[in-house]
Amino acid sequence: MQKISHESDITHHYLRPKKKFPNVWCAGCGNGIVMGALIRSIDRMKLDKDNVVVVSGIGCSSRMPVYLDFNTLHTTHGRALAFATGVKVAKPHLKVIVITGDGDALAIGGNHFIHACRRNIDITTILINNKIYGMTGGQFAPTTPGGSFATTAPYGNYEKQFDAVKLAIGSGASYVSRGTVYHVQQLEKLIEGGIRKKGFALVDVYSNCHTYYGRFNKEGDAVRMLDWFKKHAMPIEAARKLPPEKMQDKFVTGLIHETDATEFCEEYDMLLKRLGTAKEVEE
Amino acid sequence: MSNKNIKARLLQGNEACVQGALYAGVDFFAGYPITPSTEVAEGMARELPKRGGKFIQMEDEIASMAAIIGASNAGCKSMTATSGPGFSLMQENLGYAYITETPCVIVNVQRGGPSTGLPTKIGQADTMQAKWGTHGDYTAIALAPSTVKECFEETVRAVNLSERFRTPVVVLSDEVLGHMREMMVVPDEGELHVNKRQKPDVPSDWYKHFEMTPSFTSHMASFGEGYRYNVTGLTHDQEGFPTANPVEIREKLDKLRLKIDRYTDEIYKMRADMMEDAHIAIISYGTVSRSARQAIKMARERRIKIGGIQLLTIWPFPDAKLNQMLSGVRKIIVAELNMGQLINEVQRVAPRHAEIYGLQRYDGEVMAPQQILDKIREVK
Repeated sequence: MQKISHESDITHHYLRPKKKFPNVWCAGCGNGIVMGALIRSIDRMKLDKDNVVVVSGIGCSSRMPVYLDFNTLHTTHGRALAFATGVKVAKPHLKVIVITGDGDALAIGGNHFIHACRRNIDITTILINNKIYGMTGGQFAPTTPGGSFATTAPYGNYEKQFDAVKLAIGSGASYVSRGTVYHVQQLEKLIEGGIRKKGFALVDVYSNCHTYYGRFNKEGDAVRMLDWFKKHAMPIEAARKLPPEKMQDKFVTGLIHETDATEFCEEYDMLLKRLGTAKEVEE
Repeated sequence: MSNKNIKARLLQGNEACVQGALYAGVDFFAGYPITPSTEVAEGMARELPKRGGKFIQMEDEIASMAAIIGASNAGCKSMTATSGPGFSLMQENLGYAYITETPCVIVNVQRGGPSTGLPTKIGQADTMQAKWGTHGDYTAIALAPSTVKECFEETVRAVNLSERFRTPVVVLSDEVLGHMREMMVVPDEGELHVNKRQKPDVPSDWYKHFEMTPSFTSHMASFGEGYRYNVTGLTHDQEGFPTANPVEIREKLDKLRLKIDRYTDEIYKMRADMMEDAHIAIISYGTVSRSARQAIKMARERRIKIGGIQLLTIWPFPDAKLNQMLSGVRKIIVAELNMGQLINEVQRVAPRHAEIYGLQRYDGEVMAPQQILDKIREVK
């Protein structure tokens, strides 16, 4: 009982219940699971709500900030990281979190994504990756596996796919991780680690779109899709010990890459200190 | 070099935009290099860190526009500078700034177009784009300087208007003006008025980021100040939450228009030159106004009763005011460096009895005074 009441406290503390519920998501959507994990991580870290900014682009997942009781910025398609960069550079003491989807971050927003990684700017990006465009009704995304069906791939997808984790590592992000909406406790830890990390952090979250992806590809309902994540996720620690043939139908989860590169705003602050114009942090 | 008693400085138009922005309190600049506007970014990269301000070179103009909106919501006075192709890329997020009522300034140092067009040559063909560039209904403010001094003053005014009306403001400079050097006296602090952002004076529970006020312009809190509001590019209610309610949609769009339309007297700026007894009027803006002034002088020497109106505010267009100023003239020449853009507005508002002639040049060259004089003699 104790636990349930605590959960309800958190919900009321971090959501905007009076404003815009019920949400727009389909029943069983993974977006709600990620939102729950995010607010529990923030609660555990005892972050001041006034100093948290959540920025998103366009898509199902990008509707999340509207429900969250922080400073929230729901922007244009693909541009969340560019807006978030402006917020972070302007006020580096704010905790900036970006909620994006695979189409938002990797197709239309791909350029902003690689450059945010390259700058290693202190933004935590939660990329809810459901392998399809959900809001527009199920078109293939840069993450849709080859051969999969979508409304714009009626004969099976013949394109190659982006791996957001590899892209982020290659572009210079200092914290790169992957979780799933089945492994919620791990997801909370990855989000918390990402927010604590001084630098660009990616949490690539495999999520289910049973409404479109699952239906078109005969992967079943939400429960069956979550079950697929359960069976095919391999924590990085275990994956490192396994021979490649045993990893063939698995995907790696956990904190995959971490470095200690200097962060963009710290670098800029060093410049201001050198010029004698650095301002006191207004926390 | 830094003798503070010598106030007159030889400045380039683009440098004057930088100085004007700093004077008006701009403390955040995001941009992407593009000819012929790059000197603005270079100046900001040099000057802002010296004052504790923030400069960031973004990956493209889409991101630059996004970054200045983000920074403005975080409490900065923010600006970017670009030219035609970059201005096109900015239209997407410029629309976001209009609907989210985010103050910011965009300096467009125009070149010839369309597309890559004429990177190193002059044009004034973004006049209509500054009004209708992004999709949807909104009311734009655009200013057009014609001298280095005006580059300074109009940039200050752009920042002021953007803060006053919580809206993006476009400064339409051009290649020749941006690169031309003239002496100008940089005003002392306090000499020109500088607007401060109107902050809310209510507790956070009462705060509405898009509150319908009697003036239609809402106060603006920044991220991190305890107000925790929502901003969205979706049509939204007064609290900033998405809405599909027809009443709220209409209210929102009316707000975007009325907050500017009801206060145009604060925005209009034009200069009349020898209009008192004029039978012919030349209407111009930007660099063309320089040639127009000279042409008017030359025509007056030939005893032609001619005057000129220079529009420093292009949008909103001064309908009634211009109509009144033109009441005594028989002929109007609209001179511009495009295939005829602002002439349509003049035709819409000019007195019915007046004959209207267009003088247009779009070959990448400046309009010479002689060319204007030839037109005057042709129509007189």
